[in-house]
Amino acid sequence: MLSLENITNAVHEWLNATLNPNLALLSEFLIVGVLAIALFAVLGLSLVLMERKVAAFIQIRLGPNRVGPFGMFQTVADTLKLIMKEGLTPDGADKFLFNLAPYIVMIAAMMLLAPIAFAKGFQIWDINIGVLFLTAVSSISVIGILMAGWASNNKYSLLGAMRSGAQIVSYELSAGLSIITIVILTGSLQISDIINAQANGWWIFKGHIPVLISFVIFIIAVTAETNRAPFDLAEAESELTAGFHTEYSGMKFALFFLAEYINIFIACAIGATLFLGGWMPFHIGHWEAFNHIMDFIPSSFWFIGKTFFLIFLMMWFRWTFPRLRIDQLLNLEWKYLLPISLVNLLVVALMAVMGWYF
Amino acid sequence: MGASSLIVLAMAAIAFALGGISIAKIFVKGSINPQKGQAYESGIKSSGTAWSQFSVGYYLFALIFLIFDVELVFIYPWAVVVKQVGIAALIEIIIFVSILFLGFLYAHKKGALKWM
Repeated sequence: MLSLENITNAVHEWLNATLNPNLALLSEFLIVGVLAIALFAVLGLSLVLMERKVAAFIQIRLGPNRVGPFGMFQTVADTLKLIMKEGLTPDGADKFLFNLAPYIVMIAAMMLLAPIAFAKGFQIWDINIGVLFLTAVSSISVIGILMAGWASNNKYSLLGAMRSGAQIVSYELSAGLSIITIVILTGSLQISDIINAQANGWWIFKGHIPVLISFVIFIIAVTAETNRAPFDLAEAESELTAGFHTEYSGMKFALFFLAEYINIFIACAIGATLFLGGWMPFHIGHWEAFNHIMDFIPSSFWFIGKTFFLIFLMMWFRWTFPRLRIDQLLNLEWKYLLPISLVNLLVVALMAVMGWYF
Repeated sequence: MGASSLIVLAMAAIAFALGGISIAKIFVKGSINPQKGQAYESGIKSSGTAWSQFSVGYYLFALIFLIFDVELVFIYPWAVVVKQVGIAALIEIIIFVSILFLGFLYAHKKGALKWM
């Protein structure tokens, strides 16, 4: 059967057969780099379009529909427009940090791609501390955001960056704790182990109510971590103009915008991997025929489908809930989510030790 | 691929960002104008710099975050082995979390979690 795993193996063998080992490795690096950049561009363009289309669908209007069929090339046109814009740097800004910040945000977003399993056997680096790596690297982008806000020398930017920092570091705790519940049940930090443990059922089904609670907490926490409505205080348009990227224009703004959407994709990919089984097809107990049919759907389709379902969920939140105030936001985390997830962690640990799961 | 993939990805990110910014530089003919360099604060002339004092609340939350984040780092290795070690690990983590929770209650009582 044609699968991404076979294609990568074939390319690997072909390169090693035709070139000498060093050159083969170099060309593999080049392929990975080009693929990662292509994925970035495609994801950015399609997610922005999806956001606008979902918003339009929820508000009963058409959304972008002029450029290309169903407005498919609207975001391409927008990107071209952004490239043609002048990138301003304010006079009072710290120029070095101001220009450095988009790079840091981009590098953090790109490095997060490494341990994500896009399909069966299609993973850049199956690192043995995959989950820890993801949580660690995802918090680097806070530094970029704080840097951008501070270096702009604009009050709105500074306030936006500070809010964003407070919000991201707060919600990181409950996101981390809900990720740990899955680590307890699996007994491994490696992404491939976590997915293989879900071969006979995804954790959200196998783990009973405690895992369901941690899934809900995880979704709330990553919505806040990616600065999306209803937690988009960091760039609340009516209060702070545009938050930490008020002073950015042209391509530098586009990079922040892109990194934001990539972070949404990655957060949803982590959620899909940990709770919904990553590329694992949907299996029901001993229904052999049903399971066999499900196996025919390629693993990459499962992964992309689950991830985009979660992304759709986050876009749905945006048009359902009103924006919170900063004290409400911090209360929600520190007084509700954090104690609940700590207790939930102990319950899951009890479950794992006693073997009270399928 | 091994750890070198991180370097490859970081290079790809730099290439992407640098490429985009330098392509923009080629196409754009900017103009110089004294208003352009000012900070954008909704059209009102900005007074003073942003590099001054701001709410201490953020600092407090950062401190509490640090405590809990270190706790999270301690929990990771425990989470990997808890299924093998069994009930002893469970009792240990209950003691650990309850001590932490006392600290959390103290911070709450002192009003550190209240936004000012």
